Amino acid sequence: MNQISNIKWVAACNTADVPENGGVCALIQGEQIAIFHFARLNQWFATQNECPHKKQMALSRGMIGTQGDEPKVACPFHKKTFSLESGQCLSGDAFSIKTYPVQIENGQVFIGFEL
Amino acid sequence: MAKPKIVVVGNGMVGYKFCEKLLAKSNLDAFDITVFGEEPRPAYDRVHLSAFFDGKTADDLTLAPISWYEKNHIKLILSDPIVNLDTASKTVTSHHGIIQKYDYLILATGSSAFVPQIEGVNKRGVFVYRTIEDLELMKKYAQKARIGAVIGGGLLGLEAAKALLDLGIPETHIIEFAPRLMPRQIDMGGSQVLQSKLEDLGLKIHLAKNTEKILGENHITGMRFTDETVLKVDLLVISAGIKPRDELARIAGLQVGVRGGIVVNDYLQTTDNQIFAIGECALYGGMIYGLVAPGYEMADVVATNLTGGQKVFKGYDMSSKLKLIGVDVASFGDPLAGNPYAAGVDERGCRSIVFRDEAKGIYKRVNISADGKYLVGGVLIGDASQFGMLQQTVTNKILLPPNAEDLILGSRGAETGSGVMDLPDEALICSCEAVTKGQIYSQVTDNECFTVDSIKKCTKAGTGCGGCVPMVKDLIQGSMKKMGRVVRNIICEHFDHTRQELFDLMKIKKIKTYDLALDTLGKGHGCEVCKPAIASIMASLWNEPIQKQPAIQDSNDRFMANIQKGGSYSIVPRIPGGEITPEKLIVMGQIAKKWGLYTKITGGQRIDMFGALIGDLPYIWEELIAAGFESGHAYGKALRTVKSCVGSTWCRFGLHDAVTFAIEIENRYKGLRSPHKLKSAVSGCIRECAEANSKDFGLIATEKGWNLFVCGNGGSKPAHAKLLAADLDSETCIKYIDRFLMFYIKTAEPLTRTSVWLSKMEGGMDYLKEVVIHDALGMAAQWEIEMDSLVGTYHCEWKNAVETPEIRKRFNHFVNTTEKDPSVKFENLREQKKATW
Ligand code: SRM
Ligand SMILES: Cc1cc2nc3c(=O)[nH]c(=O)nc-3n(C[C@H](O)[C@H](O)[C@H](O)COP(=O)(O)OP(=O)(O)OC[C@H]3O[C@@H](n4cnc5c(N)ncnc54)[C@H](O)[C@@H]3O)c2cc1C
Ligand code: SF4
Ligand code: FES
Repeated sequence: MNQISNIKWVAACNTADVPENGGVCALIQGEQIAIFHFARLNQWFATQNECPHKKQMALSRGMIGTQGDEPKVACPFHKKTFSLESGQCLSGDAFSIKTYPVQIENGQVFIGFEL
Repeated sequence: MAKPKIVVVGNGMVGYKFCEKLLAKSNLDAFDITVFGEEPRPAYDRVHLSAFFDGKTADDLTLAPISWYEKNHIKLILSDPIVNLDTASKTVTSHHGIIQKYDYLILATGSSAFVPQIEGVNKRGVFVYRTIEDLELMKKYAQKARIGAVIGGGLLGLEAAKALLDLGIPETHIIEFAPRLMPRQIDMGGSQVLQSKLEDLGLKIHLAKNTEKILGENHITGMRFTDETVLKVDLLVISAGIKPRDELARIAGLQVGVRGGIVVNDYLQTTDNQIFAIGECALYGGMIYGLVAPGYEMADVVATNLTGGQKVFKGYDMSSKLKLIGVDVASFGDPLAGNPYAAGVDERGCRSIVFRDEAKGIYKRVNISADGKYLVGGVLIGDASQFGMLQQTVTNKILLPPNAEDLILGSRGAETGSGVMDLPDEALICSCEAVTKGQIYSQVTDNECFTVDSIKKCTKAGTGCGGCVPMVKDLIQGSMKKMGRVVRNIICEHFDHTRQELFDLMKIKKIKTYDLALDTLGKGHGCEVCKPAIASIMASLWNEPIQKQPAIQDSNDRFMANIQKGGSYSIVPRIPGGEITPEKLIVMGQIAKKWGLYTKITGGQRIDMFGALIGDLPYIWEELIAAGFESGHAYGKALRTVKSCVGSTWCRFGLHDAVTFAIEIENRYKGLRSPHKLKSAVSGCIRECAEANSKDFGLIATEKGWNLFVCGNGGSKPAHAKLLAADLDSETCIKYIDRFLMFYIKTAEPLTRTSVWLSKMEGGMDYLKEVVIHDALGMAAQWEIEMDSLVGTYHCEWKNAVETPEIRKRFNHFVNTTEKDPSVKFENLREQKKATW
């Protein structure tokens, strides 16, 4: 994420608001962003909340996990899975999701938007 | 040297498959490939066209996106049909004027619907059923239509008729010229059984009827038949057969058949040997193959020969299976050989064996060769589960057993061989992709492809219509067994254990959290398969509130409600036995009204309230709980409902009090988590109004007590429950159910209903009886104690959630604002609402 130079960081929520190894959805500048705390990997991820499969606002309610070493989220609707790193669909479909950089500071979660 | 120029005319299913096969057999850029398509979109799955009415979009049906053609350097020109072919200059000319040279020309122009010359056939409201555009037009027009009709009772006609029903046209007629349905595939007896099944679906069928005129001014209002009768019709679909698209061949002077079709030889060459024809436009051996599998085989033959290989087309089996209509219909080999009525034989000496069960709507016919050694063909209606094996028996000329009737009746007595593993290596398992048993077997043994997914990836088997997937599964298991590998259905890449192993290990090690399970018994960081599976095991073992570990629950369990279209949730309070007081009904109505919920009586004898916003769930439940309701676990793999009939309290036939017993049972097992959902019912007499025979466990009153049935299933693969024990008193009944349920909970694989669990159990029902009734495993006493402890630790999950502030907090769409999800929207429907989506 450091090769992106112009990033605006927007506060989303407190770290305590996000369940360990689960996700929440934040409304930021009119966009729905899914934020995941992958506690087992000690990492944070953010993606669009909308699942591209049937355009359901649901990814934040999906289960996270890994496929090999790739962290992923499964949409609760039809269990399509997406890489939390690249956003690529891992279930063999042609679509992908947007991912965003995340930073944690003083117990707050910040999401990075490209300018 | 210049690269050979290959031009493909037609970007349909077969044209696309040809490109795919050609690329797979050659280097990128070995050829210069140009494809012309008449339709505006890249090739799509025409076989599943009807799914378009089922919510599938044009994109879903696309075989490969435009980017695929780009990536593979194929020039794809859409919406531009070829209008001229000049064999002297070896060029084709498109409608927009592109002149393209070719070295090899592939005609894959398919066919169009054959429209008989009926007076008035050009009126508005008359459609054909071939392309996405046809369906889009129909869909629009159908909104105004109340009576629909289809000319043609063949494979496609029936599919079109079902589509009309699905489009919401309340009255749909099928008009067939022949005296029976699907005249080319099935016989009179099969047609009769099929007809009554279709009539049950609401279709009206007219046989031996010849349409004379389409009535109406500009648009259709009715049809008149040669027998002078008239039918009112608002929308008509013509599905009277196909007409090969051989226009270009005619222009160029290539040989075509008397009834159309481009004549080809064993190499699919036309009378100009640089020009090939494949798919539904090709006439091979006097025959048009109107199915996709032979088209794919033709594509393979041409692609093989153009890339230096050697292959000839040898004709193709025309077995077919009707999909979508809700009735199994299949025919294979020569379905009409033999003579099912006259006890004798047909002119070749073939004879038929017929099994017909009017009540169940099953008709099966197998045709046997004169010497009694081989299967020649047959028909299956109402139950086509044997289709795969029977078709294999014909194509591979497998010797028949001494009692050929076993083929359709199942062997009565001794067990027979396992099926797929007995097939020869050349047996075609996946006919869409032409994958043989031998290929799959060697992928399993040489490359360790142990899952259907990996077989799909390396052989493409099962990626077409998907009909062969069950056979592929059996083949994988059979091949693994043959390798001496123990077949274990491990949970996923994170746990190298079967569910039963995990269940026992977690019990011994007293594991109560998912993370501990993963750290001590698994590896990696889990996934959407093992998380809910372990959550379910822990719930069955310890019965702790599932909200303790929300992140490993399936979304529905996590929010204790089923997520529905658009992202709203449904609420189903428990209504044990379907009995409810007027007071409770009133409260429910008031709550639904207050929170704007859509209400419906479910098939499980209770009331579902749809359209709740996630943030409102705790508030709604708070009110329901205050009125005495509990969670109905409609979201969980848990006991759902115990249906009841009114029984002896009101019904004049009732032998025992079915309602009281149903309520007792529902209250005993409510909240019980299991590998899949559990359903039950209690009927007060043999008339069986509560449908206990279709449940995981069901009770039917007898003069002397209760008959206990188990392992029934509704759903897509209905199974009749089987009698476990007869004439039980209530206490023994519960004892047996306890044992049965614990046995199931411990040993079933994840998401396996009891019927499927039983079907895979070695020893089947006899063994189950041994275990449950005669305690063959010596576990009965322990299971009863365990069940008692689960019953004793029951709690209403919603009560617990509503009363715990930190759990309540989770019920918000957004974490950073109390705003509601703006994407959830509703519109009105019959004085209630529905999700706009
Ligand atoms: C509401 C209801 C339909 C209705 O309006 O009547 C219904 C609705 C759903 N059913 Fe059902 N089923 C309903 C009765 C049935 C019945 C009839 C019955 O229970 O008597 C059956 C066939 C009987 C059986 O299960 O053996 C039935 C067989 C299924 C199946 C197929 C199960 C199978 O073994 O093949 C599924 C899919 C699954 O569970 O994987 C399913 C799944 C679903 C889901 C959960 C699909 C989903 O994920 O959204 C639907 C949830 C709706 C909701 O949000 O509440 N539903 N479903 C019925 C609720 C009954 C209840 O009070 O709890
Ligand atoms: C509703 C429906 C259900 C079906 N169900 C089944 C089933 O269950 N099982 C089964 O095996 N088969 C089924 N079929 C048949 C199957 O779809 C066909 O066998 C298959 O599509 C044939 O492939 P094709 O490429 O030869 O023809 P098509 O898929 O029709 O493709 C031909 C393409 O060529 C284009 N074309 C024609 N002329 C030109 C030209 N001059 N220039 C450029 N382009 C041209 C056409 O517009 C078309 O796009 C079904 C068909 C329909 C309509
Ligand atoms: S049959 Fe059941 S799962 Fe299917 S749409 Fe109806 S309610 Fe939903
Ligand atoms: S909507 Fe996400 S998988 Fe279907």
